[in-house]
Amino acid sequence: MNSTLKSAWYTIGQLTDIPRLGAKVVTFHGQPIAVFRTQTDDVFALNDLCPHKGGPLSQGIVHDHKVTCPLHGWVIELDSGSATAPDEGCSHTYPVRVTAGKIEIEIQNMAVIEPNTETLST
Amino acid sequence: MTQTHSIPPEKPRLILIGNGMAGIRTLEELLKLTPELYDITVFGDEPYANYNRIMLSPVLAGEQTIPDIMLNDDDWYDRHGITLHKGVRVERIDRLTRQVITADGGSFAYDRVLIATGSRAFIPPLPGADLPGVVGFRSIADIDTMLKNCREDGHAIVIGGGLLGLEAAAGLIAHGMNVTVLHRNSNLMDRQLDPAAGRLLEKSLEERGITIRLNANTQNLSGVDYVTGVTLTTGEILPADLVVMAAGIRPNIDVALNSRLYCEQGIVVDDTLQTYDPKIYAVGECVQHRKQCYGLVAPLFEQAKVCANHLAQFGIAKYGGSMTSTKLKVTGVDVFSAGEIHAGEGHEEIVLADAARGVYKKVILRDNTIEGAVMVGDTMDGAWYFQLMRDKTDVTALREHLLFGQAHVGDAGHGAKARVASLPDSAEICGCNGVCKGDIVKAINEHKLFTLDEVRAHTKASASCGSCTGLVEDLLASTLGGDYSVAPSVKSMCACTDATHDDVRAGIYRHGLQDIRAIFGQFNWKTADGCAKCRPALNYYLLCAWPETYQDDPQSRFINERAHANIQKDGTYSVIPRIWGGVTSPSELRAIADVAERYKIPTVKITGGQRIDLLGVKKEQLPEVWRDLSAAGFVSGHGYAKALRTVKTCVGKEWCRFGTQDSTSLGIRLEQRTWGSWMPHKFKIAVSGCPRNCAEATVKDLGVVCVDSGYELSVGGNAGIKVRVTDFLCKVATEDEVVEYTTAFIQLYREEAHYLDRTAPWIERVGLPYVQRRLIEDPVGRTELAARFRLSQQFSQTDPWAERAAGKESHEFAIPLELV
Ligand code: SRM
Ligand SMILES: Cc1cc2nc3c(=O)[nH]c(=O)nc-3n(C[C@H](O)[C@H](O)[C@H](O)COP(=O)(O)OP(=O)(O)OC[C@H]3O[C@@H](n4cnc5c(N)ncnc54)[C@H](O)[C@@H]3O)c2cc1C
Ligand code: SF4
Ligand code: FES
Repeated sequence: MNSTLKSAWYTIGQLTDIPRLGAKVVTFHGQPIAVFRTQTDDVFALNDLCPHKGGPLSQGIVHDHKVTCPLHGWVIELDSGSATAPDEGCSHTYPVRVTAGKIEIEIQNMAVIEPNTETLST
Repeated sequence: MTQTHSIPPEKPRLILIGNGMAGIRTLEELLKLTPELYDITVFGDEPYANYNRIMLSPVLAGEQTIPDIMLNDDDWYDRHGITLHKGVRVERIDRLTRQVITADGGSFAYDRVLIATGSRAFIPPLPGADLPGVVGFRSIADIDTMLKNCREDGHAIVIGGGLLGLEAAAGLIAHGMNVTVLHRNSNLMDRQLDPAAGRLLEKSLEERGITIRLNANTQNLSGVDYVTGVTLTTGEILPADLVVMAAGIRPNIDVALNSRLYCEQGIVVDDTLQTYDPKIYAVGECVQHRKQCYGLVAPLFEQAKVCANHLAQFGIAKYGGSMTSTKLKVTGVDVFSAGEIHAGEGHEEIVLADAARGVYKKVILRDNTIEGAVMVGDTMDGAWYFQLMRDKTDVTALREHLLFGQAHVGDAGHGAKARVASLPDSAEICGCNGVCKGDIVKAINEHKLFTLDEVRAHTKASASCGSCTGLVEDLLASTLGGDYSVAPSVKSMCACTDATHDDVRAGIYRHGLQDIRAIFGQFNWKTADGCAKCRPALNYYLLCAWPETYQDDPQSRFINERAHANIQKDGTYSVIPRIWGGVTSPSELRAIADVAERYKIPTVKITGGQRIDLLGVKKEQLPEVWRDLSAAGFVSGHGYAKALRTVKTCVGKEWCRFGTQDSTSLGIRLEQRTWGSWMPHKFKIAVSGCPRNCAEATVKDLGVVCVDSGYELSVGGNAGIKVRVTDFLCKVATEDEVVEYTTAFIQLYREEAHYLDRTAPWIERVGLPYVQRRLIEDPVGRTELAARFRLSQQFSQTDPWAERAAGKESHEFAIPLELV
């Protein structure tokens, strides 16, 4: 068992598992990642941590390509993870794609501790 | 088929004539709506980018400098791709060939024109008025002239004792000049103040060394190649090194007249700010709308917003005119005026005059609503009177205390903070976010903030609980002067729309709108999905309008209402089961204890509302916790919801030696009738068994105090951010009547309050007499309200916890998928 830098696509479920203007949480090594679906079926993934005080963005109200954090109302851009002005801060984003109705997320350059990650990404 | 390169279609060209406050504000609003729509060119005959004209007074007084008051520098125009021609005067518009013609002979084709040429100082046609050393008070150039001619012990004459004249006088005295104000009339600021107020103002200006000459008419100005004196009609000659003409302003309509656009006093526009030529719009002081010209920025900014909406081709906003209020920006001299200043027929006056303290307040009423206010010396409550005036609030219930100010009518703890201007910079204004006065003033100056929303965005002050909103507004007013503090007369719901809460509520019924998207369409929402402010409000309005058919939209609910539990700072949730009337039993307590142990719930707390809170539950555990609580007979306490919270009771007649009625069971009965109903905000009830009032009924949204002969009902109390004692509504004899009045009151509140209004601010807005009219004087209306409430309860009294324990919305509570 060794620690390497890896990048892999993970399937996290069907697009239709997430309501429009809603989100779903997945975790990667304990780190929560929020996956959002917009009204127009665009999908975005970012760390489920608000750059303000770590609020769970997945629980916020989604509008256009933005989410309003439930704790103190910062508005975060889903594509860049950045807070909208005048607030400043950024949450890490992940590449996502929808293939045949399935949502896939790419996790890059993470120190992967467990072996055989690929086999799990069905 | 061959592919040809398509030339991008040329953008329509928009030309703005007049690089001042109203014109540029319109462009800012337009860029917010449609940043790319036009190719924009701006002409301004002043050699500067856009500056804050209002601040010329502090610049003259030496309190600010020209760089301080720039609003948009050259860089701003560049960034937005706007071509700015500084120092270029426009001569006319050739409407046939659609070209704007400049004084230097240039011509520029347009698709739309916006005229915002402002106004100019009125220089009375007196002999000598054209001598050097005679200036208006309008522009940076005027200030330059004044400052050049300022010298200690020199003589400055200001012609005109209105707002501008007095600010000029105060500025010049700061430079050590001898300043005399000549005023034609017998009292200063006669358009804004009555004689008594004028006299007090005169006194405090004279104390600062300004000489005031009333009833003084000028005959001519003398001097050979420079002004040296002013001759009055009495023959008296006053020496002068500088003469400031502040005898009024006139709309600057030269361009419009040269272009043969229809003008009266100003350029005539309709409610969309369009002139008689549909390709040409006009905003600002040069405009005449419904026979009215304005000379303050607040109404011009409202015009700007509406005009931008039409330039952006949204075509829905309407400008209906503005009410204005005036404040004098002379440090230490407080003057406020709004609306009527003299009582006419059908008016009543309430006056408070305290000459020793230098305080004068007058409020003019018609049919118990405020139509005007004049204040000198203590203007703290100006914004409050103005608000009551715009909302046409029935002030019958406030009358006795009206002149003592808002601090005396229940704004406990805040009125006393008073005089925000005199607080030190380190004073904390916003307790939620720890923002001090100094931070706010700095942000206002550095970021050129004009509105409460901008201050909220930049400093977070007043962005949380909102109790410091009044203080922040006062800071805006004292930092910027003028009536910035004043919100526009009609507030749109949020930045997504120009529609107000009332527009939307009426529109839902009128057009039979059945879902949120239909509202977006009907009112041309500017955003695709609305935002976190408007969507929850719309969802509520629809639920309230169509209780039988509307499908709740969970994605438009704040997380607490979506998850039916309160989110905590660490992302866990709290669970508060309903404990009817605060009465529980050993078996219920045992069930709660079991749940707490079974799910290792870290904190169990008795709440301030006679219930028990289980804190620190993980979201995915919620359905299980609820299932176990349901099994023990509990339903949701809605501690997370804009809905009925608690009905607090005392022990009452059953045990208490003073109890007059069975307050406990009445409370339980009320709670069973009213739980589950969605409301504009949370709603709390209490029933006390006697006037000792142990259930604190007089600070609830609805309070019942039992007395020997029946039940006293009172409404609109609040013990939260801003403590407000309830207003007495009426006394009834039976429990059934208590239920009828309570449910009718709730329904009235549900149907008419704005989303996020507790009952207290709602009643302050509409006035208690209105509520009395609907509930007491109109018994048929009251029973109908109660019946509508009963109907809606048929659809909302289901326990959301039991439903979710049985699997509803299961995706909301799914265990996160672990990617490994
Ligand atoms: C739990 C409790 C404190 C406690 O430990 O006792 C509480 C907790 C919260 N209160 Fe409260 N309030 C609690 C009793 C009160 C009371 C006292 C009362 O009801 O007798 C008041 C003053 C009375 C009143 O409402 O007029 C009170 C006035 C507020 C306010 C200010 C409301 C206002 O209109 O001024 C807020 C903010 C808001 O609602 O926007 C608030 C908001 C909150 C929130 C919901 C803040 C939030 O959005 O997260 C807190 C949720 C914590 C949680 O997850 O449980 N809480 N809150 C009390 C729950 C009572 C219950 O059984 O349901
Ligand atoms: C000293 C002072 C203090 C004030 N204090 C307050 C206050 O406390 N509160 C308040 O609400 N209001 C106050 N005002 C009024 C406020 O400044 C005006 O209401 C506001 O500036 C009007 O905006 P506007 O765009 O209509 O006109 P302006 O801001 O005057 O802009 C018009 C611009 O158009 C230019 N222009 C005119 N004709 C042409 C042309 N043919 N070609 C090119 N350019 C042209 C002008 O030079 C000017 O730059 C004050 C005004 C002054 C002068
Ligand atoms: S429980 Fe209420 S008073 Fe206590 S911190 Fe939370 S909101 Fe503030
Ligand atoms: S944690 Fe997101 S806004 Fe504060």
